[in-house]
Amino acid sequence: MNSNPGWMTPSPKLWSMRFTEGAVVAVLVAVAVAAGTASQGAGLAVGLAVVVLVAGVVYLFLAHRRFRAWAYQEREEDLVVSRGVMFRRESVVPYGRMQFVDVTAGPVERIFKLKTVKLHTAAAASDARIPGLEPDEAARLRDRLAALGEAKAAGV
Amino acid sequence: MSSSGADGLNWQRLNPWTPVVLGGRALVIVALLGSEEASRGTSSREVTIYIGIAILAASVVIGVVRWLVTKWALDGVTLRIETGLFRRDARQLPVARIQAVDVVRPFLARVFGLAELRIRLAGGGKSGGRLTYLSEAAAVDLRARLMAGHHGLDMATPEPAERPIATVATGRLVASAILQPATLVAIVFVVVLLALESISPKSADGAETGTGLTLGLYLFGLARVTWRRVATEYGFAVAAAPDGIRLKRGLFSTVNETIPFARVQAVRKSEPFTWHFLGWCRLEVDVAGSPGREQGTRSGKVTKALLPVGPTALADELFSNLLGLQQFPLSKPPRRARWKSPLSYHFLAAGDNGLVAAGSCGRLKKVTTWVPLEKVQSVRRVQGPVQRLLHLATVHVDAAGRDVRAEFRDRDVHEADALFEKLVVQSRSARRAVSGHGNAVHGPLGVVAPVNGAAGDAQPVDRDGAALLSVTGQPPPPRP
Repeated sequence: MNSNPGWMTPSPKLWSMRFTEGAVVAVLVAVAVAAGTASQGAGLAVGLAVVVLVAGVVYLFLAHRRFRAWAYQEREEDLVVSRGVMFRRESVVPYGRMQFVDVTAGPVERIFKLKTVKLHTAAAASDARIPGLEPDEAARLRDRLAALGEAKAAGV
Repeated sequence: MSSSGADGLNWQRLNPWTPVVLGGRALVIVALLGSEEASRGTSSREVTIYIGIAILAASVVIGVVRWLVTKWALDGVTLRIETGLFRRDARQLPVARIQAVDVVRPFLARVFGLAELRIRLAGGGKSGGRLTYLSEAAAVDLRARLMAGHHGLDMATPEPAERPIATVATGRLVASAILQPATLVAIVFVVVLLALESISPKSADGAETGTGLTLGLYLFGLARVTWRRVATEYGFAVAAAPDGIRLKRGLFSTVNETIPFARVQAVRKSEPFTWHFLGWCRLEVDVAGSPGREQGTRSGKVTKALLPVGPTALADELFSNLLGLQQFPLSKPPRRARWKSPLSYHFLAAGDNGLVAAGSCGRLKKVTTWVPLEKVQSVRRVQGPVQRLLHLATVHVDAAGRDVRAEFRDRDVHEADALFEKLVVQSRSARRAVSGHGNAVHGPLGVVAPVNGAAGDAQPVDRDGAALLSVTGQPPPPRP
């Protein structure tokens, strides 16, 4: 479905961010584990560190699949957000139901100059969040969603 | 009491007895603290009395200042409330966006003939407003004006007469409050305890007092919950009026609620297994928004019972006559869904009739939710790993609120895909049909049937045969 025209994906920098996050955590944990068990033999310490690193690689593999699963599409009447590999989720949120748009950037996101756009409706479960957008794209999306929300407002 | 300000608005104050009622609340707290102090006897009596007087004086002063700085005014389209001494809080509540109006009479306020008016608006914990307190007559009068304004009528239109629909007898309410799963747990607990006692009468004392204490605390908690339920839903009565659903309940503190028909976001029927043999159920509606700043969440779930407890037949009657919804059969998911939801498969069912989507689930309590398609906030399709193995998927139809949705759980993948597409399209056209009536945020609000504006055969009908809800969206004619 994601190969259909009109589907947009987050910036490739989102993958750089996820990769860095995962790799840094895995290396730090591996070093900590190795240091903690060093007194009980070098073999054990290295073995555990390797196990942690392998787990990190598996995590990165899954994270890459998850990253590739993010997609969104601005249709005429609604926004479609699709995500997840194991738990596949697809949300359709009509513009008219939009209450407000949030653009946020956490500390790690700021390092990578990325932003998350979130569409809020009166239903808390609506779940229309798009992470890893370039600032320009985030601003464009925010303005477009705000304008469409105004034009098609349907109240509650 | 009232004064015309420079802005030409007729600003009014709250009832002058307000500080007394608020101070009375503090008196209760002070009395409780004082009695506790006295029983412990730690500090001298004078200190306790001085502290009590200081708290009382402070609460009265705060009450008087609050009364002095709070004013409200109602013009044709907006209710304005201004309050706050240091941090001024000026609210404008557009009458057209009202979700519900409640007249609440806490016990102490009732003694003084006062009432609190709570106005719920859509969207946002801070978007509502409350007036604490007005005289009862003023509160009822203001409610009538707000509801008339909400429906685009002249505000001087008197409150239309209501038609009583159902009440709940006290005996049934008490029985329903006792018949809850927690009571069964307590009974099992006691039986096990007695059985152990009879097997080994000479068990260790320490363990026994510990168990006894736990049981005592549990029973106390249970009694409190049961009592609260009975006290809040005592004397429950539901009535229909042209301007909405009217609810009345409460033992010491009474609440009168008015919900415009078009503001019902979802309908829910719960059937706990402990009521099953009696054939009872509970019917609730969800209304968006919350009154004032108390609820911190952006979009608090506001659930109102239309029938706290009653026979299923009565609930079905309310469903069709009051809410104007039609029952339609729900279909079960394929049998293989049993592998994914073994404990709730027996209650899983869902369906739609082009106007409403409905889904039921639950393990011990069957909960069925109906969401009118014009109220749909978003549609989601979710598939987990087990569901993928079994070729199943779930479609959620979200309505306003924290956890309000109709779930098509564990449907066949192809059915789920088709449903997903269909529900998106149908909810779009349902929404359009309603905005076509002028029921948009800014436009004048017509009285639109909550769901089946198109299927006009299930309209609630007045005693004298006139439709309570007009299908065309025109407001009902003013009552003489």
